[in-house]
Amino acid sequence: MAQHANSENPNVNLAYRRKKNAEEMKRQVISFVLMILLTLIAFFAVGYDKFSHWFSIPFILLLAIVQVMFQLYYFMHMSHKGHEFPAIFMYGGVFVAFLTVWAFATIVWW
Amino acid sequence: MSTAARKKSLIWDYLTTVDHKKIAILYLIAGGLFFLIGGLEALLMRIQLMKPNNDFLNGDLFNQVMTMHGTTMIFFAATPLLFALMNAVVPLQIGARDVAFPFLNALGFWLFFFGGVFLNCSWFLGGAPDAGWTSYASLSLESPGHGIDFYLLGLQISGFGTLISGINFLVTIVTMRAPGMTFMRMPMFTWTTFVASALILFAFPPLTVGLLLLMLDRLFGANFFDPALGGNTIIYEHLFWIFGHPEVYILVLPAFGIFSEVIATFSRKRLFGYSSMVFAVVLIGFLGFMVWAHHMFTVGLGPVANAIFAVATMTIAVPTGIKIFNWLFTMWGGNIRFTTPMLYAVSFIPSFVMGGVTGVMLASAPADYQYHDTYFVVAHFHYVIVGGVVFALLAGTHYWWPKMFGKMLNEALGKITFVLFFVGFHLTFFIQHFLGLMGMPRRVFTFLPNQGLDTGNLVSTIGAFFMTAGVIILLINVVISSISGKKAEADAWGVGRTLEWAVSSPAPEYNFAQIPLVRGLDAYWLEKMEGKKGLTPAEPLGDIHMPNPSVLPFVISLGLFVSAFGFLYHNDYSWGLPVAILGLVITFGSMFLRSIIDDYGFHIHKDEIIEAEKKGVKA
Repeated sequence: MAQHANSENPNVNLAYRRKKNAEEMKRQVISFVLMILLTLIAFFAVGYDKFSHWFSIPFILLLAIVQVMFQLYYFMHMSHKGHEFPAIFMYGGVFVAFLTVWAFATIVWW
Repeated sequence: MSTAARKKSLIWDYLTTVDHKKIAILYLIAGGLFFLIGGLEALLMRIQLMKPNNDFLNGDLFNQVMTMHGTTMIFFAATPLLFALMNAVVPLQIGARDVAFPFLNALGFWLFFFGGVFLNCSWFLGGAPDAGWTSYASLSLESPGHGIDFYLLGLQISGFGTLISGINFLVTIVTMRAPGMTFMRMPMFTWTTFVASALILFAFPPLTVGLLLLMLDRLFGANFFDPALGGNTIIYEHLFWIFGHPEVYILVLPAFGIFSEVIATFSRKRLFGYSSMVFAVVLIGFLGFMVWAHHMFTVGLGPVANAIFAVATMTIAVPTGIKIFNWLFTMWGGNIRFTTPMLYAVSFIPSFVMGGVTGVMLASAPADYQYHDTYFVVAHFHYVIVGGVVFALLAGTHYWWPKMFGKMLNEALGKITFVLFFVGFHLTFFIQHFLGLMGMPRRVFTFLPNQGLDTGNLVSTIGAFFMTAGVIILLINVVISSISGKKAEADAWGVGRTLEWAVSSPAPEYNFAQIPLVRGLDAYWLEKMEGKKGLTPAEPLGDIHMPNPSVLPFVISLGLFVSAFGFLYHNDYSWGLPVAILGLVITFGSMFLRSIIDDYGFHIHKDEIIEAEKKGVKA
């Protein structure tokens, strides 16, 4: 198939598609700006010496998670239809990996 | 079969095949062979333990036989035999023409096969691995010789194969279901294959990491697991069991699926509580990842960790109980026919429940301190694995044999096999519960007389001979069936419910001349009940696109096999490293060839299909 699975015939509903693409583009730009902002905040959190490590490390980890979500859902189109299985398996993998690290952290290394 | 121009020798045909039905036969033959080897090892152990102070297999040799029995049975017999049935049946059950990645399917088989051959080469090259199938680092790092290295490299190669096959089935089931085959209309065997494949996807990477780190420790001077140099030997145990516990569900879930098919078919009833069965399977798969430390209660994780893992383990009894009751209710009021597969299915229920009950006993952490490393544990997991998985494999083999080979197995011989195997199984393992409670430790090559262990061990050994006799009769049955077996109909048992029984036995190369339209659960039964002979087609008859056979999967795996010998000996001989590199060049060279050569496959033309269908299905 030459066409992407999510795209429709370009001759149909041109106005609708235009509007949708514009919306999509707007979201992409917003999330892109937010991601740059989050990165700057992360740099600031690390650089500002009034923050202790106990605050800044969890804080930048949190920012990292938010960034990953932006990446997946807006840049890699996981918010679109037809991505249910990749999502299930990605979250499954994240869950298993988290469980492993958590168990190691609490009962092996603590 | 369909094109005269593509005639070739049988061996070349199987070396290059990418057809899921032929790969199923390869899995069945190779897995069966390893099953016989593992069984022989079990028999040797039972002969050694027949009487106190026996000297049939002494110390180190016993350790090797014991290790190889466990490793062979789990990785090279049970897993590939399940893959044999999955390959033979799942594409047919979902109404597909093949798996999603036929080339990878063949690659998965050959990687498993060469991994198994590599492991068994150790017998002739200085001794087999001897640290148990778990190969705990604290023991295996000290093991002299190359036995453990054979284990590490062999399992690594076959592990890649299993991972590839698991991903292949996931993609096949997600993307290749026939029109109308929604998830909640999938047969239970397909469902359990799906969940087991997801478990493979998540469970095998930890094993790969564990084996890799241990290999680096042993062959390349690293110290991940050596406490004297700052490593931590417990981490290996965790990595192994993070894989190892899901692995038992990888084995037993497809077994549940097989029994669900067999029980529904021979009770002539729809499976009771289908949606709760699906729920239970998914829940077991999910919980399977949160219980691994119950294998490590005595390591000293502390009371909190032990308590959490104990409770988590006990919760698995709930979905398993749901399944047990559903099977019972399926049979309740059914028109039951006691064929050989049904005999295995019926006897599986009490046998497996016994294994489950001792499982809950073992899950209680304080009590486990008493049972740990005794024959009680040996009895427990053999009740689960033999009473669950091996019974399922025997049931599935008898059940789908006509679909795989086009001939029926002899029912009388099948029933003799069942009786011998069933009696032998309980004779061997039931008494081991009591041997364990009386304090007989597992993995020890002998015991002293007059400690109350003599009779029990003798009984256990006699049971092992019964099981051997059962397997020999099964082999005779296979030979007789291939010479003079009755030709199987498409609906070989006459009461088939799922799509595989709608196509001829054995299925044609293209499976379905027209992809069927699925209109409900038990799609074929539905059509039969409406008085139709065949399935409702979902597409017009047309040319069918097929993948070309390829020898590359074999060569890729052969390269890794050669390379493994090089890495194994690279510290001992100067030729080691060049051989290792040569093997990798073969592997990556073949992958490169696969990437640059365009392979468009071929078409089976419409008139050929019409001709084949006239001869095959309708005749």
